[in-house]
Amino acid sequence: MGKKMQISLTVNGEVHYILAEPRELLIHTLRERLGLTGPHIGCETSHCGACTVDMNGRSVKACTVFVAQADGAEITTIEGLGSPDGLHVLQRTFREHHGLQCGYCTPGMITRAHRLLIENPNPTEEEVRFGMAGNLCRCTGYQNIVKAILAAASEMNAKEAAE
Amino acid sequence: MIPSAFEYHRPGDLASALGILSAYGDEARVIAGGHSLIPMMKLRMASVGHLVDLQSVAELRGITVAEREVTIGAMVTQAELISHDGLAKAVPILREAALQIADPQVRYVGTVGGNVANGDPGNDMPGLMQCLDARFTLVGPGGPREVPARAFYHGLYATERAEDEILTRIAIPVHAGGHAYEKQKRKIGDYATAAAAVLLTKSGGKVASASVAMTNLSDVPVWSEAAAAALVGRDCGAEAVADAVAAMLADIDPQADNRGPIAFKKHVAGVILGRAIARAWSRA
Amino acid sequence: MNDLTPSREERIANLKGLGSSRKRVEDVRFTQGKGNYVDDIKMAGMLFGDFVRSPYAHARVVSINADAARALPGVVAVLTAADLAPLNLHWMPTLAGDKQMVLADGKVLFQGQEVAFVVATDRYIAADAIELVEVEYEELPVVVDPFAALAPDAPVLREDLNGILSGAHGPRRHHNHIFLWETGDKAATEEALGAAEVVAEEVVYYHRTHPCPLETCGCVASMDKVNGKLTVWGTFQAPHVVRTVASLLSGIEEHNIRVVSPDIGGGFGNKVGVYPGYVCAIVASIVTGKPVKWVEDRMDNLMATAFARDYWMKGRISATKEGRITALHCHVTADHGAFDACADPTKFPAGFFHICTGSYDIPVAYVGVDGVYTNKAPGGVAYRCSFRVTEAAYFIERMIEVLAIELGMDAAELRRINFIRKDQFPYQSALGWEYDSGDYHTAWDKALAAVDYKGLRAEQAQRLAEFRAGRTRKLLGIGLTHFTEIVGAGPVKNCDILGMGMFDSCEIRIHPTGSAIARLGTISQGQGHATTFAQIIASEIGLSADSITVEEGDTDTAPYGLGTYGSRSTPVAGAATALCGRKIRAKAQMIAAWLLEVHEGDLEWDVDRFQVKGAPERFKTMKDIAYAAYNQAIPGIEPGLEAVSYYDPPNMTYPFGAYIAVMEIDVDTGEHAVRQFYALDDCGTRINPMVIEGQVHGGATEGYAIAMGQEIAYDEIGNVKTGTLMDFFLPTAWETPHYTTDHTETPSPHHPIGAKGVGESPNVGSVPAFSNAVHDAFRPFGLRQSHMPHDHWRIWKIARDLGLHG
Repeated sequence: MGKKMQISLTVNGEVHYILAEPRELLIHTLRERLGLTGPHIGCETSHCGACTVDMNGRSVKACTVFVAQADGAEITTIEGLGSPDGLHVLQRTFREHHGLQCGYCTPGMITRAHRLLIENPNPTEEEVRFGMAGNLCRCTGYQNIVKAILAAASEMNAKEAAE
Repeated sequence: MIPSAFEYHRPGDLASALGILSAYGDEARVIAGGHSLIPMMKLRMASVGHLVDLQSVAELRGITVAEREVTIGAMVTQAELISHDGLAKAVPILREAALQIADPQVRYVGTVGGNVANGDPGNDMPGLMQCLDARFTLVGPGGPREVPARAFYHGLYATERAEDEILTRIAIPVHAGGHAYEKQKRKIGDYATAAAAVLLTKSGGKVASASVAMTNLSDVPVWSEAAAAALVGRDCGAEAVADAVAAMLADIDPQADNRGPIAFKKHVAGVILGRAIARAWSRA
Repeated sequence: MNDLTPSREERIANLKGLGSSRKRVEDVRFTQGKGNYVDDIKMAGMLFGDFVRSPYAHARVVSINADAARALPGVVAVLTAADLAPLNLHWMPTLAGDKQMVLADGKVLFQGQEVAFVVATDRYIAADAIELVEVEYEELPVVVDPFAALAPDAPVLREDLNGILSGAHGPRRHHNHIFLWETGDKAATEEALGAAEVVAEEVVYYHRTHPCPLETCGCVASMDKVNGKLTVWGTFQAPHVVRTVASLLSGIEEHNIRVVSPDIGGGFGNKVGVYPGYVCAIVASIVTGKPVKWVEDRMDNLMATAFARDYWMKGRISATKEGRITALHCHVTADHGAFDACADPTKFPAGFFHICTGSYDIPVAYVGVDGVYTNKAPGGVAYRCSFRVTEAAYFIERMIEVLAIELGMDAAELRRINFIRKDQFPYQSALGWEYDSGDYHTAWDKALAAVDYKGLRAEQAQRLAEFRAGRTRKLLGIGLTHFTEIVGAGPVKNCDILGMGMFDSCEIRIHPTGSAIARLGTISQGQGHATTFAQIIASEIGLSADSITVEEGDTDTAPYGLGTYGSRSTPVAGAATALCGRKIRAKAQMIAAWLLEVHEGDLEWDVDRFQVKGAPERFKTMKDIAYAAYNQAIPGIEPGLEAVSYYDPPNMTYPFGAYIAVMEIDVDTGEHAVRQFYALDDCGTRINPMVIEGQVHGGATEGYAIAMGQEIAYDEIGNVKTGTLMDFFLPTAWETPHYTTDHTETPSPHHPIGAKGVGESPNVGSVPAFSNAVHDAFRPFGLRQSHMPHDHWRIWKIARDLGLHG
């Protein structure tokens, strides 16, 4: 076992101080120490994106980040995007358009889509497919995921236009 | 997939980073975005005693665009590179190539410096940098030195960079004329089956200058002087392209893998280069 | 009646029953990251187990030294076969009547095989300890080719079976031979082939691949020594069977074992089998008295648990000059890997492969399947497939194309003239099945019209002319498929798993205020059972689906069932659900009669109520009746309102479909682009069209991957070359085609609601559609057969071999 180090993380707005081996993978820190089991482990080689979280304003694959690298970072997981009383638009449109089946890829998928829409609020279908290519889904064939993201974009844009 | 234990260092400046490298010798490895190194560590194919994280080294950041040259800090990510409009205007092939690297999440953290310094023949930036005649600044205990990209790569994961040096900056001459980065891969996230970077300038309907580099077709990137020479002074028609392809094929040395056998890779390399030349010519 | 009284249509809509595209109830928790998958389970004092695996495909294990590993702080135990042998758990039975090593017993037979099980306080320490276990191997010659495995001088792989000339499925004719399974009329088939005007012969290989759900396999075993109760949470597609097997193996009485399948992150057949990890975690928990978690990583998953396919199918098909098929002969060399761990009903070692006469009226046929051992991972699971139906559909749909070439006919027309006609159902196939219902001609014509088949062929001819004139390097391929599936095993008299009949079950309990809970013997892995089974119940008993909770997967609460795979949930458990609802309704009718003071026979059911015939204003809704069942003493009727049904299907169901893929193919790079994919499915009665469409999208994407690049590949010494998602092809949103879905509706005559099951149709049907598109593009140049996967280099090779590179 390696030497442990003091690490601080801000996750979903809450600051955590932990003592961990630097080699600990961020996905394990989130899931096992902080109990945030929304992000999942799928491939472990940064291909599937099931572990996607938002770190310092970027979508990252938490299976390929050491917790030491994340020291001082601001992280948002699926648990921080919406609440049971106030779902994120994407959480609603994924359900509305049947953008999920087994649900395993869904937290990473929605977390990634959230960042994509911040960067490109009005994407084309092609841009959604390209922008979501770091997240694998084995169930849906993506068609309804793409639909859900486009629907969320137009809903968010309409809301913004109304305000 | 769990890596072995290591000690972690996050130096705040270049001098401290170099100090750590000197102190721990070959037990130390620098890490940038980590998307090449961390999977290797998780598979326990790479073992690191001291991991030196460069994220807080400000000297390694930033993009400057001048009239004749751009410079890119080693810790600039692919995503930053893609979103930099000035850079895209000055050296448009960079964005074209970077968009074909890995996937969005990986591009957010994957750095240009990591991509060029790792010495992995699958990486796209090394061939591109050779095509662009980029120069890498290496800083070691004895101070900085500059190495042309075309002289940097020696073999599989073997480069000109010494263990106690850090690749800090990349200088790229602003190019005129047409460009193209063509890459064939099996899917997003895959390395190239074959990729070609081409720069061309045109004068009087003929190729005035050319630069050609190929990716993942040898244990090092292949800058093919002969392929470029076959184009210069000619009309970039079928014959010239065929000669360039033939010259390039003599320079590459692909290996069989899951992407296909050697004959296939050579054939695809030729097709991809032909397409890259045609596209670059159309933009020249 | 006033304006506030809902109309009959509104009452029907309020039920969200059959035919409603009801939004899924599961999604509320999944979209918030609140699913509960096995690796989410955390218990006080839980240990983590992981395997030392063999780097060799065939080697003798000379010695194992775990001293250094045991000395590592945090390591609790290191188990080897020697530790399991006294418990007789170093080997375990497979679903196919063979046995499999739990931990290497003297030798290893495939790369990635489990050699020792390290148990530590966390997964980091376990990973470090694995590196410290020293195993000395003596390499043995490796056999990865099933044909080479049957050579007289081939190395003996299964020394434990040496000299045993009879296996679970009859005689073994060679030391690496498992079984020969035959059906049909061999002599008559040979005779018809001999007399035929036209015979097409081809070898069709369906390569080895893997279901690769996004969540790998795993479990948490917890032995409570105080109460003597073992609980196992795991990725089980058949939790009840796991409980029975666990009881038989461990000697713990079945009532003291509770098996729970929590949320499952996709299964696709990967999670049907019993794996060494489950056994080791249970043993480790019994030994340590602590909960033990085992979760495989992605490489473990691709290397060791449950491959699919790997069938070499040699076919001969004959026809008249006009194209009327007269006979089909098929011999399969089936590579089962190191242990026969196929997941098939016991009596069917080749599953339902003999559905391989497909959608066609073929008078005589024969199938023989030779199972063979090789130094590859065990498995042979049904990857989104009903027991080798995918292989069968691919075989016949390729043979049809080859026959069309032989006859010089259009393949769409050849199919049409050989389809089983609507009036022939129920249809007895030459290989012994009774197809329940179908209307293939209608589906086929609808599909061809939808894609403008004639227009496509004209465009293809134009493209070919341009290609030949040197104006393009891209060919156009049109891939046709008409598949017939066989799903929904039982019946019990034919189908069992380890002796357990393949029935399924449902239990419904109505609460006093008119909501309900239903429990089934199946388990969803993403299919949306909690949504769709509630719809079946809603239509049967007249309570809104929104008021019905569906639970599965906990053997302490759910009725016994055989689980979810082979598209059997809707055909079997769905039938049990409908019949269970009818039992509730029958009792409800008695209660309603008492409440309305009429004779039962004077009542009729209408949507959500019993009403008096001829006086519909006199009624009692199911909600009224439910309340009465609990709050009134009704003479002669027990209080409460609940029922349970176990359903043994009289036959299987036969979903079918017509799929068409249109593909552009670059002959120089071997790249492709799917321009169009049209999928018409007929799964009988449609429960939830939205869910059906989702199943089709997903299954077709799996089929796309399998046809165009996905494989488990080995080198000649048995190293797995495709152990990560860099090399094992799972397409992203970028590569995945766009799908157009369509349907016809031919109900199953024997199913209570006429439903047939759809989950696997798109995998079964899309693989031949994509593959046929590739073949079709090259048909003008003489291509007959080229094996999948059709990745870039293999398509390039087709073009090269046909001389298209100049």
